[in-house]
Amino acid sequence: MNIFDIVGPVMVGPSSSHTAGAVRIGRVSRRLYHATIEKAEILLHGSFASSGRGHGTDKALVAGLLGLSVDDARIPDAMTIAKEQGLSVSFGTIDLGEDAHPNSVCLRLSGEAGPMEIIASSIGGGRIMINAIDGLSANFSGDSPTLIVHNLDQPGHVAEVTSMLQHKAINIATMQLYRNGRGGHAVMVIECDQEVPEESLSWLSHLEGVEKVTYYSPAEERD
Amino acid sequence: MYTSFADLLEEQKEKNLPLWKLIQLEDCREEALTEEASWQRMADMYEAMKESDRAYDSALRSESGLVGGEAAKIRKQREKGALLSGDFFGHVMERALRVAENNACMKRIVAAPTAGSCGVLPAVLISLEEKYLAEGGDPADLSKRMVEALYVAGGIGGIIAERASLAGAECGCQAEIGSASSMAAGAAVTLAGGSPDKAVHAAALAMKSLLGLVCDPVAGLVEVPCVKRNVIGAVNALTAADMALSGIRSKIPADQVMDAMRSVGRAMNEDLRETGLGGLAATETGKAVRKKMSRR
Repeated sequence: MNIFDIVGPVMVGPSSSHTAGAVRIGRVSRRLYHATIEKAEILLHGSFASSGRGHGTDKALVAGLLGLSVDDARIPDAMTIAKEQGLSVSFGTIDLGEDAHPNSVCLRLSGEAGPMEIIASSIGGGRIMINAIDGLSANFSGDSPTLIVHNLDQPGHVAEVTSMLQHKAINIATMQLYRNGRGGHAVMVIECDQEVPEESLSWLSHLEGVEKVTYYSPAEERD
Repeated sequence: MYTSFADLLEEQKEKNLPLWKLIQLEDCREEALTEEASWQRMADMYEAMKESDRAYDSALRSESGLVGGEAAKIRKQREKGALLSGDFFGHVMERALRVAENNACMKRIVAAPTAGSCGVLPAVLISLEEKYLAEGGDPADLSKRMVEALYVAGGIGGIIAERASLAGAECGCQAEIGSASSMAAGAAVTLAGGSPDKAVHAAALAMKSLLGLVCDPVAGLVEVPCVKRNVIGAVNALTAADMALSGIRSKIPADQVMDAMRSVGRAMNEDLRETGLGGLAATETGKAVRKKMSRR
């Protein structure tokens, strides 16, 4: 926490968790999708479902998907802007289970890059957590550059990724590994202190056994 | 971030720097930010606070229809000279309502420390700036001092966050309106030229008067009672500042007051911590509003 988390941020009201956090979830999701989103099915869980409308959570999520920032005065008009930009939006509710944070949402996105499902929560004070992407755990905050590598569960992939980071003098802040079963599909989520260059991402994505490389850069958020 | 008022005051004596400077330096060190960049960001925050006050539109209503147009009523009464609490407090009340109503109506505000309590600091600081300007204060000097006061507010908020919480969901409204009030009280003393010691006493006095305040938003919305509680947060900050400036001291040290806020928050039933299940939210009228909102 820094002093501008206390005196700040500048945001569109009314709620840091239900409005500003929701915008951030939308923004991070937009960047994770990496292509034009044509359709978004937005399923609200818990308190997002029960008091989301009064807090403008619906508009805030759509505003984020459109790339608006938390202090953009156009957030209340997000639905109209979505229509103008050809983003089709639908809303529903979902039960993500007892363990899910009360302010959670499941975003089912589709467009040029095919379908993508993101589960995220707004954990207070405008901070967020991306919990899962396409059914695999992710658990990152969107505060740091984040590298997500999907690969086959076989020896050596972690070493490949970490030696690339070492080579580029990139320090790892946090690292998580998950797999759906021995020898199945695995995912590593690495939060870094520095940005990962484009050519390294491209190099990674061509490696044998690597299925997908997703990268989130918070640079835009800091503007 | 400082973790105690005692450390902050001790370091202040040691280094003989103003409070705001110590707070700024500490944040710059942690965030690897230059003093110039930090100052500019804080100046931008004050500008954004002023904008959140100027942008008020009395015709706007919140999504539930419960909030809107109330600051204009105070203005009318003030302009008639009919306010019991006088002209200056009239400005403070009006401004707290303007900014908090703006928040409920999805306009841009500065969360300080939270969106729900966003009216307190602007109400106190902008009204004091206006008052000093009217008394012939130098505008350039004043705008510098406003930014310094905001640093003091931020430093106080930081200590409260470390020792207790700034979230209604954790410690009730005392953590939001109470903290905002405490921050504004210290800032007001600094602005008035009071000593660091007096600023800290003002912060303690302000929090003590709001200790125990529960977070009971009707239908879970940042509307009722949040908007009007910004008024008591602002007014309480000014009375605490005046007490401290007069030499009245908090008999319980500021650090212990914040620790007490945490204990009180922990003792609060979950219904009274932003769940919208207890207090005013659980009244007959509160429940009817929730029912109406869920049907929409």
